[in-house]
Amino acid sequence: MMELLQTLEQNGQQLLGPFWMPLWTLVKIVIIVAPIMGGVAYLTLAERKILGFMQVRPGPNRVGYWGLLQPIADGVKLLLKEIIVPSSANKFLFIAAPVLVLVPALAAWAVIPFGDGMELANVNAGLLYILAMTSVGVYGIIIAGWASNSKYAFLGALRSTAQIVSYELAMGFALVCVLLAAQSMNLGDIVRGQQTGHAGLFGWYFIPLFPMFVVYFIAGVAETNRAPFDLAEDEATIVAGFHTEYSGMGFALFFLAEYANMMLISALAAVMFLGGWLNPFHGWPLLGALTDWIPGLVWLLAKIGFMLFLFLWFRATFPRYRYDQLMRLGWKVFIPLTLVWVVVVAAWMQTPFWLW
Amino acid sequence: MKKIVNFFKSFLLLELLKGMSVTGRYFFSPHITVEYPDEKTPQSYRFRGLHAQRRYPNGEERCIGCKLCEAVCPALAIKIEVAEREDGTRRTTQYDIDLVKCIFCGFCEESCPVDAIVETRIYEYHGENRGDLYYTKPMLLAVGEKYEEQIAQDRAADAKYR
Repeated sequence: MMELLQTLEQNGQQLLGPFWMPLWTLVKIVIIVAPIMGGVAYLTLAERKILGFMQVRPGPNRVGYWGLLQPIADGVKLLLKEIIVPSSANKFLFIAAPVLVLVPALAAWAVIPFGDGMELANVNAGLLYILAMTSVGVYGIIIAGWASNSKYAFLGALRSTAQIVSYELAMGFALVCVLLAAQSMNLGDIVRGQQTGHAGLFGWYFIPLFPMFVVYFIAGVAETNRAPFDLAEDEATIVAGFHTEYSGMGFALFFLAEYANMMLISALAAVMFLGGWLNPFHGWPLLGALTDWIPGLVWLLAKIGFMLFLFLWFRATFPRYRYDQLMRLGWKVFIPLTLVWVVVVAAWMQTPFWLW
Repeated sequence: MKKIVNFFKSFLLLELLKGMSVTGRYFFSPHITVEYPDEKTPQSYRFRGLHAQRRYPNGEERCIGCKLCEAVCPALAIKIEVAEREDGTRRTTQYDIDLVKCIFCGFCEESCPVDAIVETRIYEYHGENRGDLYYTKPMLLAVGEKYEEQIAQDRAADAKYR
């Protein structure tokens, strides 16, 4: 496999010269983005199925076997729907906003390592790049809320912005702990830092940084505006939040972005805390030998799937937060907690008790 | 002391884990949905669905036009006109039930001294125009003729409680 890639790369270089690099990168981008889009589509089905099962009902099961064609039916429906632009909306921004939300959600995947060396861009400041990209998504939401010229959309955008900005801090601090532990901002190096000879999953950072793992994931739920922190689209008070006025493909793009962000947060949690592509049983007697043949990509996908399941599990379980409670949790609980833990980790690393 | 315990409880997310264990348990329990067009729930013989007018086994219609059902109907859905037939018996010339008004309370059935107006188990019917759900006497009699067997069986099952 690796040899094939190498010969392909050499021959391509000879054949196309300077055009080879952009073309090859484009191919890689398609290879990454297409499964993400498919995953997003089937994540919506998974969400409806899991919510259904937890509410003791079967979920969608009419379109295709076990409802497996439901996402396609939904997609076709949204594609064929009319796009309505409100008469007093700012037309350009109204149409640009969904794109601005979706693009950063996909762009952030560029630095995620899918295996040892299997990433689109090996950026040394990968962590910073991801934080930057996830923050840029807020602009799309603000613009969507403002350009709609609707009270509900505006309130939703304000809420969502305040929420994302607040939780970004806690999330950033939680990631600083990882950064301290790994002593690198390169995501590949962070995963390699979790690789130990024989400890397997006990070498991963979720053990020394468990509180940060929890904070990171809760902040991630808040960041993606998912239940129980989905105040930005609180249907009881503000209809549908920032995408109230969107229909058809505009709405679909917001939907895609939300789910792509969920997958991104899950992938980051897997890379930062759950050892990315590493085998959890590596180096264990028997189990390690039995499972070492499984490719790293499978482990990574399994970890992402687990985190996504948690997202849906949360949605099935918890009632929505009130807005002031949300802000209290972000500013008065998470930020102090993460600040303390940064100091604890920094001090801990200077002692011989730091085993990671 | 309680305050401190509660602080740690909320800090360790114990309540949240408890809630998640409940939904997690239900995730694996079999679903209870009745997938309607494929499956149907069991029905009582007292089910109150579409109305019907019955006939005696000899083909004579039961209704004697006493208008008790019209009087008792809380939704004013029944309209009856009565006249003397050639043989001198009292019969209805018009017996209409507006199913759009009807609330399916079953009072008409209960008030009827001769079991002429009954409510059947049929609940899967529709009208494509507003007037389609305005049931006239021939329509009600037709329903009664079609489902007489089921209706008689249900009345017999309920007889000892009436």
